[in-house]
Amino acid sequence: MIPLEHVILLSAVLFGIGIVGVVTRRNLIVVLMSIELMLNAVNLAFVGFNRMWPGAPGQNALDGQVFVLMVITVAAAEVAVGLGIVISMFRNRDSVDIEEVSLLKW
Amino acid sequence: MVNENTDAILRWIPLLPLLAAAVHGVMIGLVRRTAPRWLVNTLSCGSVGLAFLLSCYAFFRLVGLDDDARFLVDSLYTWFGAGVGDTRFSAEMGLRLDPLSSVMTLVVTGVGFLIHLYSIGYMADDHREDRGYQRFFCYLNLFTFSMLVLVMADNLVLLFLGWEGVGLCSYLLIGFWYSDRWNAFCGSKAFIVNRIGDFGFLVGIFVLFGALAQVGSPSVAFADIRASYDLIRELTIPAPFWGESWRVVEVVGICFFIGAAGKSAQIPLYVWLPDAMAGPTPVSALIHAATMVTAGDYMVARLAFLYADAPVASSVMAWIGGLTAFVAATIAICQTDIKKVLAYSTVSQLGYMFLAAGTGGYTASIFHLVTHAFFKALLFLGAGSVILAMHHEQDIEKMGGLARRIRQTHFVFLVGVVAIAGFPPFSGFFSKDEILLAAYASHVPGHFWLYALGLLTAGITSFYMFRLYYKVFHGECRATADVREHIHEQPPIIVYPLWVLAALSVVGGLIGFPLVYGEWFGVEDSHSLNNWLNKVVGEASYHVPHSTEYVMALAAIGMSTAGLLLARFLYLSRPDLPPRIATSFAGVQRLLVNKYWVDEIYDALIVRPLVLISDRVFYRGVDAGLIDGFAVNGLGRSVRGIASGGLKYLQSGLTQSYVFSMLVGAAAILWYLAR
Repeated sequence: MIPLEHVILLSAVLFGIGIVGVVTRRNLIVVLMSIELMLNAVNLAFVGFNRMWPGAPGQNALDGQVFVLMVITVAAAEVAVGLGIVISMFRNRDSVDIEEVSLLKW
Repeated sequence: MVNENTDAILRWIPLLPLLAAAVHGVMIGLVRRTAPRWLVNTLSCGSVGLAFLLSCYAFFRLVGLDDDARFLVDSLYTWFGAGVGDTRFSAEMGLRLDPLSSVMTLVVTGVGFLIHLYSIGYMADDHREDRGYQRFFCYLNLFTFSMLVLVMADNLVLLFLGWEGVGLCSYLLIGFWYSDRWNAFCGSKAFIVNRIGDFGFLVGIFVLFGALAQVGSPSVAFADIRASYDLIRELTIPAPFWGESWRVVEVVGICFFIGAAGKSAQIPLYVWLPDAMAGPTPVSALIHAATMVTAGDYMVARLAFLYADAPVASSVMAWIGGLTAFVAATIAICQTDIKKVLAYSTVSQLGYMFLAAGTGGYTASIFHLVTHAFFKALLFLGAGSVILAMHHEQDIEKMGGLARRIRQTHFVFLVGVVAIAGFPPFSGFFSKDEILLAAYASHVPGHFWLYALGLLTAGITSFYMFRLYYKVFHGECRATADVREHIHEQPPIIVYPLWVLAALSVVGGLIGFPLVYGEWFGVEDSHSLNNWLNKVVGEASYHVPHSTEYVMALAAIGMSTAGLLLARFLYLSRPDLPPRIATSFAGVQRLLVNKYWVDEIYDALIVRPLVLISDRVFYRGVDAGLIDGFAVNGLGRSVRGIASGGLKYLQSGLTQSYVFSMLVGAAAILWYLAR
C-alpha cells in the first residue's frame, strides 16, 4: 500500500506547479490548465485521506470521494465558462495574453 | 371573584369608537374616496351611542353588585412584560370599571355622544378637498377611544397610553384647520406643553414602581398599588435639596400632579388651553372643556388613597388649584373672544377641582368635574351656535342684542351661565359649594385663605360670565349690517343637543344633593355621588356644623349675585362705563388684556434661550460642525485623500499580481495558524 506521505507529497508538488503556472504564465489557456492542475492536486489529497481514514471499523465512509466528484463537476463548469471567456477575449483583441487585459485599474 | 366581577362586555366600550375610527382611517387613507355623509354620521355617532348604552348597562351591573366588591374587570392580554421573579414588570391590557370610572365613562360617552351629534350640524359646511369631514369624525372617535382607555385602565401604564392618546387627538384637532399656520402652531404648543407634564407623570410612574419593587410587590395595577400601599408609606429617598430625605409618596404625588397640571391646564402649564381654542368649537367642548382636561383630576381621584397620605403634595395641589382658579378668572374678565372667555373659565373651574382634590374633597372634585362637563359643554356648544349665527365671528365686541334673534340658543346659554355662576338650584351651585366647604374645613396650611380665594373667584366667575352674556345677547347689535341681516337660529341637529345639556345642567346637581338640604325634604343620604364613590376615593375627612354650611352657601350666593349685579350694571345699564374704567385703571387693564404677559415671559425665559442654544451650540456646533463637518464630510475627505494619494496604485489591473498577493496572504494566514 502506498503510504499517505507519498500521496500528500505528490499532491503538494502538483499544487505548487499549478500555483507557479497561474502566477507566472501569460497565456490565459495555460493559466486555466494550471488551475485545473491545482484542483486535481486537491482531489488527489481528498482521495488519499479518504483511503487512510475510511471511518469507524466496519464502516466505509466515502465523504472524500464524493467531494472529488463534486470538484470534478464544478471544474467542468468552470472550464466551460473560462474557455468561453478566452474565446470572447480572442475575438475582441486577437490575443489571449492576460497582461493586455488590464483596463480595470486606477 | 373571577366569575362574578368579570364581564367581557367591558372591552366593547372603548373598542366600538376605535373600530369606527379605524374604518374611517381605512376609508380616508386606502380607499381615498369621499364617503357619503350619512355613512360617516351613522358610524361615528352610532359607535359612541352604543358605547354609551354599554356604559349604562355596565353601570347598572355595578349597582347590582355587593358594596365591598363593586367593580368589573375585563383582562384582554399582557401588553408587554420584562424581567422575572421579584422584579418582574408587566403591563396588562386590562379594563376595570369601578364606581369612579363608571361615572367618567358615562360622562365621556354621554356628553361625547351629544357633541358628536352636534358636530354633524357644525361641520356640515366643511367641504374641503382632503376629506376633512370624515377626518374630523375619525379623530373624534379616536379621542373617545383614548379617553375611555384612560378612565377604564386598570393600571398606570395603560392609563398613560390613553393619556398620550387623548393628547395626540387634541393636537390633531386643534390643528384641524391646518391650512392656517396659526392653528398648526397652537396644536404644536398644546402638544409640547403637555409633553412637559407627561415627563413628570412618567417619572412618577417610575418612582412608584421602583418603590413597589423594593418592597417586593412590583406592579403597576391600581388594585395592587392600593393593596401594598402600606408597605411603601414610610419609604424615603435621599433628597437633593430641602432637608434630609423625602417620602416616596410625596415625590410620586408631586410628579403625578405635574402630569395633571399639564393635562388639566394648571399653573404653570395652563398656557396651551386658551390657544387650543383654534380648533373647531365641538372639539373645544368635548376635549378642552368636558373630558380630556379633566383627566388630571380623574387621575388624582384614582390615586386618592395616595394623596390623602401625602400632605405636602396635597397642599401644593390645593394652592396651585386655588391660584389657577383665581388668576384664570381675572384674565377672563378682559377677554373679548367668546371662546377665549370660556377657555379661561375652563382653566379656572379646573383650578377649583384641584383645590377640592388638594383639600381632601375628592368626591367634591369629581362632582364638579361632572357638573362642569354638563354646563361647560353646553356653554361651548352654545357659543358654537352663536358663532355659526354670526358667520364665524368670535369677537364679542361685534355681537350684542342676539337674544331676540336666536331665542333657543339664548335660553340654553343663559341656563349654562346661571349654572356656572353658581345659583341654586342649578348644578354648579352644589358642586362649587362642596368645594368651598372642603377648602374651608381642610387642614391644608392657609386653608381659610384658600376658601376666601375660592369665594372671591366665584364672584369673579359670575361677573365675567354675565359680562359675556350681556355683551353677546343684550344691548345694541354691533355687527355689520350685512351680518346682521343673516343672523338665524341653527337647525335642530345643533339645537337639540343643547337642550339635553341644558336639562342636565339644571338637574345635574341632584346627584350630589348636600345632606343639609336633603334633611329639608326628608331624604336620607341624599348625596348619592358620595355614597357611590366613597369606597373608591374614601370618606370626606371634613365635617362642619350645619349652621356654617348655611352661612357659606349664603356667602357664595351673595358673591354670585354681586357678580351678576355688577355685570348687569356695567354692561346693560351703563355700557359707557367699562371703557372709562379701563382708561382710569390702564395698568391693570393692560395686565389683564395681555394675560399677565405669561406667554411673553415663557418666551423670553425658556423658548428663546432654548432656540438660541439649539441654534448656536447644537445646530451650528454639534450638528453642522461635529457631525457633518468632522464625522461625515471629514471622514469622506480623509478616505478620499488616502485612497487617491497612494492606495489606488495597488489596483494595477494585472490579474497575476492580485493572485500573487492572495497567495502571500493565504501563506501568512497558514503560517499564523500553524505557528
